[in-house]
Amino acid sequence: MTQTTRDEFTAGLRDGIPICLGYLSVSFTFGVMCTENGLPFWLAVLISMTNLTSAGQFAGTALILAGGSLAEIAVTTLVINIRYLLMSLSLAQKADPAMKTLSRLILSMGITDEVFGVGSQRPGRLTAPYLAGLVFLPYWGWALGTLAGATITSLLPAMVRSALGIAIYGMFLAILVPPARQSRPIALAVLLSGILSLLFSFLPGLRMISGGWRIILCALAAALVAALRSPLPEEPAES
Amino acid sequence: MREPHILLAVFLMFLVTYLPRMVPFVFLRKKIRSRFLRSLLHYVPYAVLAAMTIPDIFTSTASPLSAALGSLAALFLAWRGKSLLTVALGAVAVVFLAERVLAFL
Repeated sequence: MTQTTRDEFTAGLRDGIPICLGYLSVSFTFGVMCTENGLPFWLAVLISMTNLTSAGQFAGTALILAGGSLAEIAVTTLVINIRYLLMSLSLAQKADPAMKTLSRLILSMGITDEVFGVGSQRPGRLTAPYLAGLVFLPYWGWALGTLAGATITSLLPAMVRSALGIAIYGMFLAILVPPARQSRPIALAVLLSGILSLLFSFLPGLRMISGGWRIILCALAAALVAALRSPLPEEPAES
Repeated sequence: MREPHILLAVFLMFLVTYLPRMVPFVFLRKKIRSRFLRSLLHYVPYAVLAAMTIPDIFTSTASPLSAALGSLAALFLAWRGKSLLTVALGAVAVVFLAERVLAFL
């Protein structure tokens, strides 16, 4: 390992610490949710180690628990994760041209919202050792947090476990509310999607549509309206 | 769901999570030019999270009333810009207290 390689890796590790801390608590909640609903603990850990994403794996797992079809599970997860196309595309332009294909295949697994956020702020090119360092702690934090949550559940009394049911949705609100306050179009997308989802859940006829497709249809319709009404500004020719 | 079925579902989840991250990073260097597509993709995550939260949040606890109180607490904390963990635990705490109190009514 050359000096530069080691420095880049260490810099990545350091930048990954806050991401890792955040992941511990979220993945702990995920682990609790899994065993709380009867999944074996190793399955929770397997999901975290192969998916490494919050909303996508929460929704996919919720559908598994609800007995959703494979198509629903795949399409819902895909729709939620489609944003990674943009992030990956953006990081690809910032990546060190010397980064090998094998490195890209492995490291792209770690492109989460937070890794993208930190990685895209890194001055200059994004090197393979830096990205490897950046992804390392969050990845293991995600896996170990899940393991802890999934194994500790049985120790909690029932009344605490009932209250924990709301934790995931509280987290979703924490993700949604601040950007919705900042941006009217985002607020529009959120409100419209929520109202549609409510209608789909209670109106006769629409109620027959299962949860996964409900999310896809409502979200796409709301995002479509927001995109048509308030398109993003044109990009400068070179950023 | 039976277990082999669950494993297949997890594998599919892996594929549809990994591919959107991997394909552009390995194969594409060009930016998405379509303004419409970029705009749509910008709003999709928020809309998805909203549709997942409503109405499910109201049936996530032992009673709709405790869930409603927990939701209000979460909204308030999120409005104040608290961290994910604080908002989630705040909602849990309110639900826990509400259910203890409601048990006496």
